[in-house]
Amino acid sequence: MTTLQILQEKFAPEITEAHAFRGDETAVIRPASLKTIALFLKDAPELDFNFLMDLSAVDYLFYAGGRIQKEFRFEVVYHFFSLKHNHRLRVKVPVDEKSPEIDSLTDLWPSANWYEREVWDMFGIKFKGHPDLRRILMYEEFQGHPLRKDYSVNKRQPLVGPQN
Amino acid sequence: MSFMSAPTNFFTSKLNDALGWARKFSIFQYPFVTACCGMEYMATNCSHYDQDRFGAGFPRFSPRQSDVLFVVGTISHKMAPVLKTVHDQMCEPKWVVAFGVCTCTGGFYDNYSTVMGIDTIIPVDIYIPGCPPRPENVLDGLMKLQDKIQKGEQSRTLYDPAKKTGRPAELQGGYTIEGHIKHIETNT
Repeated sequence: MTTLQILQEKFAPEITEAHAFRGDETAVIRPASLKTIALFLKDAPELDFNFLMDLSAVDYLFYAGGRIQKEFRFEVVYHFFSLKHNHRLRVKVPVDEKSPEIDSLTDLWPSANWYEREVWDMFGIKFKGHPDLRRILMYEEFQGHPLRKDYSVNKRQPLVGPQN
Repeated sequence: MSFMSAPTNFFTSKLNDALGWARKFSIFQYPFVTACCGMEYMATNCSHYDQDRFGAGFPRFSPRQSDVLFVVGTISHKMAPVLKTVHDQMCEPKWVVAFGVCTCTGGFYDNYSTVMGIDTIIPVDIYIPGCPPRPENVLDGLMKLQDKIQKGEQSRTLYDPAKKTGRPAELQGGYTIEGHIKHIETNT
């Protein structure tokens, strides 16, 4: 059984979308079930995803030139890897624009700590239960979240003046 | 006529000439290398182009022992305080070379993270545009710097976009290829 099949068997109502392309499996899940599914992915012996390879986010504002309107503006993307079984899984979690907040996975994978800080810094998505949610790339006085699609390219920050 | 009664201005100007001559052929540089321009900087410093012909072959990796600051590569806003500190730590007399378009005007990085020209933070003496500049271009800038050192000239002003001072006119108004080519051509 593939990872997706195992997941769909166990969490069928929580998985809104699933697809696999040449062995790359992707599951889109409901935000409320993130913690449960993540715990299962880590602890189930046949899955054993002990490595969080990447955690990032996507802003779907003006997606495809504004032609495609997504229900939720953001998506947080997790890339899991199992060193033991040598298999991978991509999990996408939609996040609403009005309350951009999602559970933190730092207690399951410590490497999520800095990834989540980066997503907070660049996209302004908060992570509930994160021990130290500060900016990681930009400085503390920075205003806004630069990888949001509505952050103007020419925007100037108050601290560094009109030229910069 | 005794030594003491000799016209002092004659004597000191000659001393300055000698000092300038000594300084321009013993440039101790601090390479502040942050990005890809560093590769071209290394190429210039290696035996084929040989910066040592100009007495500038010996990089010092301490700002306190160097007199020319080579800013080589993109400077981000988070790096800017570090660059300012390094510049402040250098002893007088000191000169600054902006190496590559990113340090001259910000280059094509008009975005949230990049300093739009290091002359908004520290005064710059020589601009070497190019992405990256060719070694010949760097040596050309180095010779211009030597002229400046010989004359005892130092840049003291930051770029002021409102008054349009502190930066060559053709490099003002952000990154344009024409401006950079013009700067290279008019200064060669």
